[in-house]
Amino acid sequence: MSLSEHDVRHVAMLARLALTDSEVEAMRDDLNCILGHIDEIQQLDLASVAPMAHAIAVTNVTRDDVIVPPFSQDVAIANAPQAENGAFVIPAITAGGEDE
Amino acid sequence: MSKVDVQNLTASEVRAGIAAGEFSAVEVADAALARIDALDAGVHAFNQVTPDLAIAAAEKIDALVRGRAGEADLPPLAGVPAAFKDNMNLIGTHTTCSSRILESYVSPYDCTAVARLISAGVLPLGKLNMDEFAFGSSGETSAWGGAKNPWDLERVPGGSSAGSAAAVAAGMATVTLGSDTGGSIRQPGSLTGTVALKPTYGRVSRYGCVAFASSLDQIGPFSRTVEDNATVLQAICGKDQLDATSADRVPEDFVAAARNADAAGLRVAIVRDLLDMEGVTAEVRDSVLAAAKRFEAMGATVGEVDLPTSQHGLSAYYIVGPAEASSNLARFDGIRYGHRSEDARDTIELYMKSRAEGFGPEAKRRIMLGTYALSAGYYDAYYGQAQKARTLIATEFTDAFKDYDVLLTPTSPQVAWRFGEKSDPLTMYLSDIYTIPINLAGNCAINVPCGFGEGGMPIGLQIIGDYFAESTVFRAAAALERDLALDMRSPLVRGS
Repeated sequence: MSLSEHDVRHVAMLARLALTDSEVEAMRDDLNCILGHIDEIQQLDLASVAPMAHAIAVTNVTRDDVIVPPFSQDVAIANAPQAENGAFVIPAITAGGEDE
Repeated sequence: MSKVDVQNLTASEVRAGIAAGEFSAVEVADAALARIDALDAGVHAFNQVTPDLAIAAAEKIDALVRGRAGEADLPPLAGVPAAFKDNMNLIGTHTTCSSRILESYVSPYDCTAVARLISAGVLPLGKLNMDEFAFGSSGETSAWGGAKNPWDLERVPGGSSAGSAAAVAAGMATVTLGSDTGGSIRQPGSLTGTVALKPTYGRVSRYGCVAFASSLDQIGPFSRTVEDNATVLQAICGKDQLDATSADRVPEDFVAAARNADAAGLRVAIVRDLLDMEGVTAEVRDSVLAAAKRFEAMGATVGEVDLPTSQHGLSAYYIVGPAEASSNLARFDGIRYGHRSEDARDTIELYMKSRAEGFGPEAKRRIMLGTYALSAGYYDAYYGQAQKARTLIATEFTDAFKDYDVLLTPTSPQVAWRFGEKSDPLTMYLSDIYTIPINLAGNCAINVPCGFGEGGMPIGLQIIGDYFAESTVFRAAAALERDLALDMRSPLVRGS
């Protein structure tokens, strides 16, 4: 499988990364080189093999239902690049934004 | 110079010296901080030094000694200089992951492994340089400039836990913590001649360590000796309610296993097909075969196995790792924490520009690769296929451990290389071929120095164990360490 410039721009949009034109070109070359190597995984006959999501099988892990002190609002927003009245500030969400 | 010869002391010697009144913990802290002052401008192992935390911790230990605490009453790592990879949270410190996107982030909580090590009495010296978000095998992707190898400052220390390895090899810290997703503890351990363990998945809580690939990540120790490594694992391991994947195990005495150091009767196997792979240098290959001979001489039985699916580990890893990373790094949105672009008109643009400005080239590459592998139409061909390959790799290991206690491979196909030598991403990725299969299967492995190669650079042996077989791995590693008795002091330690 080989990626076109259009594919790279589409994936960059999905990944929410603004790439410059020169980054798109370099990224296409790098990704095609890496994919050229990892495509060899298609050679493995894995039709009857079950997928492994995790090394250690764990199910339904619960903790005791005890209330512990949560982060205060101040601590929770202390790292926010922009905050106001104890809340995160974001730009308008209704304007613009291209979605292919 | 300081009266404490801190760069030549093991953790247990530091603790014993404090208990015996030979020196105080504050003197140990001063000696370690003085070494950082003198050496780190050249090594660049530290992103942040925390003298206040180190001195405060040392004063607590000294107060215990003044209160007539004997050696047995002191915590297990009392007064031991330690430092943490900069992807581990520690309240009040910066946790940058060596990325511009987290440049001003201050930890509001503690990583469990860090908190446990501090409870065990260590002196926290600071946070250690790394490849950006742990994406790299040389340390060079750090946004703050790569750490250097104390054996030769013109060479890389390996990665991604570059600073964790360099700080120990330079004698600035006695023990450090790193994280290992595809070899990021063991490979820099190999390149810097340090002992470096990736524990079994679930052995150590991942809480508070910034996630790269959640099904592969594991925290583990760096040290100059196998026994120190075991002492650190003892302190940080165990169930944590804050990490649902941490394992609830019956306690074991890892330190006793390391002190046992007896290879007699151990069933050892060389992984023949991986050793014969293209790209491994002759000196590394010979060194591993020589180590196997030493095991035989010590009374171990030595055989050979093949792990044919593990040869496909690299491909599976470069699907699973980036796929999970692309998902984990979606949290960097420029809103809740981290870098925020100044000139975004709407929310989508805020995400796209903040991330573009904050992430470096390798982070962008991994995010793109992972997003592609998970995107509509490609999921089954990539992520699905890679997860099935993981099953085969894990089965191969389980089968091998029916007949053998430990498996031997090189840790790295070559000794430390010079800065800038591996410039294309794929060449860099290939440097982790020996370490990656263990992350995919989830078992444990250690790097232990086994010789020297080109330019006098250290060569490392990877000793691989079954799930939760750290005691066996420590026993084998300690036996080889004692048998070889190599002088693993780097030039920066010898010269001081």
